[in-house]
This record gives sequence, structure tokens and C-alpha cells, in this order.
Amino acid sequence: MVNQEKIHTLTSIANKLRQHIIAMTCAAASGHPGGSLSATDIVTVLYFHVLRHKPADPTWVDRDRFVMSKGHAAPLLYAALAESGYFPVEYLKTLRQIGSSLQGHVDMLSLPGIEMSTGSLGQGLSAANGMALAARLDKKDYRVYCLLGDGECQEGQVWEAAMTSSHHKLDNLTAIVDRNQYQIDGKVNDIKNLEPFADKWKAFGWQVLSCPGHDPKFLIETFDKAANTKGKPSIIIADTVKGKGVSFMEEQPLNYHGKAPTKDEEKAALEQLCQLKEYKL
Amino acid sequence: MTEKIASRDVYGKTLAEIGKTNPNLIVLDADLSVSTKTADFAKVFPERFFDMGVAEQDMVSTAAGLAACGKTVFCSTFAVFGSGRAWDQVRMSIAYTRLNVKVVVTHGGITTGEDGASHQANEDIAIMRALPNMTVIVPADATQTVQVIKAAAKFYGPMYIRLSRAKTPVIYADKAHEYQIGKGIVLQEGSDVTIFACGIMVAQALDAAEQLKNQGVNCEVIDLHTIKPLDKELIIRSAQKTGAVVTAEEHSILGGLGGAIAEVLVENACVPMARVGVRDTFGESGKPDELLIKYGLTPKDIIFAVKSVLQRKK
Repeated sequence: MVNQEKIHTLTSIANKLRQHIIAMTCAAASGHPGGSLSATDIVTVLYFHVLRHKPADPTWVDRDRFVMSKGHAAPLLYAALAESGYFPVEYLKTLRQIGSSLQGHVDMLSLPGIEMSTGSLGQGLSAANGMALAARLDKKDYRVYCLLGDGECQEGQVWEAAMTSSHHKLDNLTAIVDRNQYQIDGKVNDIKNLEPFADKWKAFGWQVLSCPGHDPKFLIETFDKAANTKGKPSIIIADTVKGKGVSFMEEQPLNYHGKAPTKDEEKAALEQLCQLKEYKL
Repeated sequence: MTEKIASRDVYGKTLAEIGKTNPNLIVLDADLSVSTKTADFAKVFPERFFDMGVAEQDMVSTAAGLAACGKTVFCSTFAVFGSGRAWDQVRMSIAYTRLNVKVVVTHGGITTGEDGASHQANEDIAIMRALPNMTVIVPADATQTVQVIKAAAKFYGPMYIRLSRAKTPVIYADKAHEYQIGKGIVLQEGSDVTIFACGIMVAQALDAAEQLKNQGVNCEVIDLHTIKPLDKELIIRSAQKTGAVVTAEEHSILGGLGGAIAEVLVENACVPMARVGVRDTFGESGKPDELLIKYGLTPKDIIFAVKSVLQRKK
């Protein structure tokens, strides 16, 4: 059972990560706030509850692996890593600056805690499969997690990888789709329809779990269910809202896919996020 | 030089040999294990072999994931697919990440033969050479292939190694050559012209040099098996000595061995130069020997190129 205090803590952390995302992308005057905010609760639950990791020892061999396949959600991952203690929170403001380890899309060579470099969509799940196979070969019990965007699932390689995961019965792998319904050019199902989305994954041999993507309690329970499933990989289709937590981004998600908030928008966004007082740490 | 062996024929057996002492070695293929010869490894170590099916992109990124967990990964398919179909995956998941993955491809170049243009990689060296962090090697024969694969297994970092389908002369049969990644091999010293070659064109260059000797032309023949990092010092030294350069490769004259050497010479030692290779065109079906003639990759073509540079040298 997940206790109320835990939920409270996770919600507060998620709120903090959202504030970082807004501040970072505003300072960089570029970046992808919309798809970072939609996946914030998922990544919060992973880094602050689900994942077995040691921020002080990022290369610990028995750590769980997290692959951010939607590499443009880099601000979110950086915020989660900083709040976990991988590097100082103050460093977040260097996002996208020349010489910074916080590259526009995640780079495993420049920052400890990044398991795979991504940015060209569709490649992360294959890499996650490789990690899950390595765990099996080495008789290790770490788990591998991979976060995909829904628009990303239009990439053919995602489905090549989906076949690999189920063919090898990689039950040490959990994939999550941040189902925020939007991609750069419009609504995902208008650009190129993914439906019947859950059925596609089922047909590819996966256990498919659906859950509301902004509710830590549901997310934790669903991650538990995935981890306890044997003989097949699990995918969590998490229903999310692009730009979650900032009203004007939620209302106009297409304006904030790859566009940073202005100074005024930052102020307004932070005011909204800070109003969630009961969640504030 | 009577014995002929395809460089791919020794590949899988060499992997199987390395696998005995290196438990960390993992091999992937994309449904071509019988042709690429990784099946020779799979037979001995089935638990460390993964056939990824007809999915080269997935194969390359999966290799990256395995390598990120400490494995030494060899992944194989035909040259067109390993370099072309999965180029972005090689770029993002292997080169950018500097992971320990060796993309070992077979069926490089026009001697792939009967399968035709779709299967003849004449651009792969150029597009792999353009990637930062990549090491690019084209072994000259089967003997050197064994040495290259063994050296690759000990070398940390991404590599592209291009092997051939066709049976070609064994050059290093009786001489035990020391092999070093990035160090060209002077097969024959000369004073009039230097012929730089890689892959199956090394045998052609030696043949051409022999014929030219009878005509009074003294050729230096160098096996430049490593296209990247290029042995610049050797190239400059030899070019300055002979004052004329011919390159020979089973690849487009654009961006491959000839292009790489031209880049070095134009900045360091401008001498008359000619490139022997495929002339910016797609290939076609045919027998390897017929294709070599039609696409200008024979000793005769090298001799013609040598004479043209010697004329310009005067």
C-alpha cells in the first residue's frame, strides 16, 4: 500500500521539478517544456520511489537503468537528477549553454546518471532491450525502464524493438508511453493515428497497463504490477496532459512543444505552480 | 598469390576463437548470419549470439545497450545495411556515445556481384568516415581479417570493419606481418610512384606494380587498411619520396580512401594524384570479375592511372 505521506512527498517533488523545467527553459530561451511537464509525474515516481539507484555512485553495476527515449524531455531528466543529488541544483541554469553538460538532448558522455544518449527518436527502446539482455546474461536483477513519447511511436524502430522485447520475454523491462496526445505538428491521432494503440502493443506480445499519468498512487501501483509480471515485457500507457501544471501551456500545447516560456510567461507559470502550497516542500 | 579466400570466411571462426577467452563478447546479426559467417560463432556460443531478425536499426541500438552494460559487441550485416539503413543508429547510439560496438559488415563493394546495385555498398567508407569517434578498417585479405578482428576485440570504441563476399587472393600468406590499427603497411618500396590501396584492391595494386616493373616503373605499394584514423605520416612521407600518388579502392572515388588521401596531400604534399575506384555511379548485377573490369577496378586501370600521374609529374 502506498501511504498518503509518500503521495504528498512525490507530488511536492513533481511540483519542484516543474518549476525547474520552467526556469531552465526560460533561462535557455529554448528547449521543450510541454513534453517535459507531461512526463514529470512519471519521472518523479521513477526517480523518487521506483528506481534502485545511488546518486553518489552513478555507475553502480546493480542500479536500475532508465532510458529517456524521448530525448527532448532533457530538462525533466536533468531536474530529476539534480533533485536526486547527482549534481547541484544550481547547475540546472546552464541548460543548453555552451560548454554545459546539460545538452539540448541527453548525452551520456557529458553527464553522470544518463544511461543512453538520445534525441533522434525511436532508438531508446532498442538500447533498453540491450540493457535488459545484458542483465539476463550477467544474472543481475536490476530492472530497465524506458520512457517513450506517443508521437515517437510513429518511428518504425520502436516496433522493431517491441518485437525484440517480447521475443526475448524481457520481463525485467518496463516501457512507459507519455500519452500526451500531441506532437509538434498537431494532435498525434490527426497527424498519424496510433489507435488502437493498446491493442498494437498487445499484438506485439506485451502486457499493456493503462493509468492516469499524473497520479503518483496509480503510477506506483502500475509500476508494481509491471515488475511482478513474468514472461513478457510490460508497457504502461500513461494518459497525460501536455504542459501539465501551467494553465496556458495546457490550453495551447502546440505552442509549447519546442518553445521556451518568455520572462513574463515564466513568472506566470511559477506563480501557478507555487500556488499548489500544500504540495510545496 | 594462388590461394583465394573471402575475408568474410574467416570472420565467424575468429569470433568463436576470441569467444573462448573473452566471456564478455556478444555477437548480433540481422538475419544474415549464414552469409556474414557469424553463424560460426553462434554454433559454439548460442547463448551469446542474438539474431535480431530483419531489423538492422534495432540491432545497432540494442548493441549499444549491451555495450553500455560493459559488453564487447560485434554486430554484422551486409555493408549497405550496416552503413546505410542503420546510419543514424550508428551515429547516435554508437559513435556519439563512444560505446564498444564493432559494426563488422560483409559484402562491401561491387564484388558483391550478382545481387546488383541494391546490395553493392560503394559509399559506406565515405559515410562511416564522416562520423566522429569512428575507426574505419578495410582488411586486404583473409589473413589480415583475422588480425583485424582480434585487434578490434581488444580495442575499446566504435569501429566499422568492411569485409568482402568474393574470394580474393591471400597476400599475407607466408609473411607474418605485425598488424597495428592505424598503421599502413609498405608492401613494396619504390621510387617513381606510390600506390595506396585497401581491401581487395591491394592484390590488384601488387599485380599492377609487377607489370609496371617490367616497363621500368618502380612502384611503392602501401596497404592502407585503416581509412580512419589515417596514417598521415606515412602518406606524406611516401608522397614526398615518390612525387606521385595513385589510390585504389573498391568504393566510390568520392569520399573514401582516395578522398581521404587527397585531403591529406592537398594540405601537406601536393603531388600529381589519380584515384582508381567506382566513378560516382551505382553498380549492377554481374560476376565479380566482370564487374571489376566494367567499373574500372583492375590492374590495367591502376597502370593507366600510374602512367597519367607520371606524365603530370614530368
